[in-house]
Amino acid sequence: MTNPPAIQALIADFNELPIKERLDLLLEFSDNLPKLPARYADHPDLLERVEECQAPVYLFVEIDDAKHVQLFFSAPPEAPTTRGFASVLHEALNGLPAQEILDVDANFPDELGLTAAVSPLRMNGMRAMLARIKRQTREKLA
Amino acid sequence: MSVPFDPSESLREYAHPEALVTTEWLAQNLGTKGLVVLESDEDVLLYQTGHIPTAVKIDWFTELNDDTLRDYLDGTDFAALLSSKGINRDDTVVIYGDKSNWWASYALWVFKLFGHEDVRLLNGGREKWIAEGRELTREIPEVEVTNYPVIERHDSQIRAFRDDVMKHFGNPLIDVRSPQEYTGERTHMPDYPEEGALRGGHIPTAASVPWARAANEDKTFKSLADLQQIYLEEAGLKPGDDVIAYCRIGERSSHTWFVLKYLLGFYSVRNYDGSWTEWGSSVAVPIVKGPERGAVPVIKR
Repeated sequence: MTNPPAIQALIADFNELPIKERLDLLLEFSDNLPKLPARYADHPDLLERVEECQAPVYLFVEIDDAKHVQLFFSAPPEAPTTRGFASVLHEALNGLPAQEILDVDANFPDELGLTAAVSPLRMNGMRAMLARIKRQTREKLA
Repeated sequence: MSVPFDPSESLREYAHPEALVTTEWLAQNLGTKGLVVLESDEDVLLYQTGHIPTAVKIDWFTELNDDTLRDYLDGTDFAALLSSKGINRDDTVVIYGDKSNWWASYALWVFKLFGHEDVRLLNGGREKWIAEGRELTREIPEVEVTNYPVIERHDSQIRAFRDDVMKHFGNPLIDVRSPQEYTGERTHMPDYPEEGALRGGHIPTAASVPWARAANEDKTFKSLADLQQIYLEEAGLKPGDDVIAYCRIGERSSHTWFVLKYLLGFYSVRNYDGSWTEWGSSVAVPIVKGPERGAVPVIKR
């Protein structure tokens, strides 16, 4: 399975840093998670809760007429790691054709080189978000 | 060099007021020689988003656990870790963190396994400091590396292993997990699916007292009278009891361990860190399902 260039670039960006600095990069992502547009900010009920994450994290997948995917996330500032994971997924996947999202390797979060910095257990949250993005994409394509 | 205790009136009622400091005291004492402030959070990035000035980060997951053994770090690694954080053996260490000091208590308990004398919690933790609008910074302090001595870890006083729990029956146990975990409806915490056990339920005779009952809305510890109501009146502990607390992996129960030991003053309190992930998956150990505590089991082997 070959990952799209945006994912390969992210994997390279994280892995070329010493472990401690990978956290700094994750913090940058966390700080820069795009805000929800008003149509979701005003309607949190439209979003899906990611139950596997310890913090209250929500996401929503939209597919446009050209079958490209737009991703929306909401996570509180008290959960910066989760926000960081959401932001990395946004960077990696937003705007891709739906089929490419379905084809993304479900284990790519493990390749970011973050496991040693954040612990394997915490990485579960990111894989869970990715799984839910794929599931929503599949449902909305059908 | 240790720093004088916080004389605040609000702490005096506890058995060991010297184990806590208030946010006011910490704000006034930041930068004092001999004081090291540590932040210990559930979220590994939270410290980086802003922390109490001069505070150094400690991570329970990546720094306090052994990589390959299900155990805490040994004396050599603890010495290296504390030296790297600029801590001397006789320093006063104040730990604080998120989620009502849940992970700060865990770090404090590990420090106590190595007998570090003066470790205190910031009452109310990170949330209270922020709620009061106190200063936060993203500046990582420069640490002057110290030479912390290698101390052999001493498990027997405050840590219980599975076999210790087997021998403990007849003495009180406190289960600090959620009611659903206690009854066996759930085998893991709602948000931690991989920290489950094969069976659901609780250790026979254990009383259910979810850990967070010991904390107020503002994340400080409840008053002595409230704690006595919960642990003595409701759970049935008696002064002088030998108590073991447990949860899922031993972190929530460190919070309760702190309450029993330092606030209520029980002399003999141990944390069973193997907790439900071990007990609930172990062969030939008894469990109880449902809301009743259950009887002292007959151990066959």
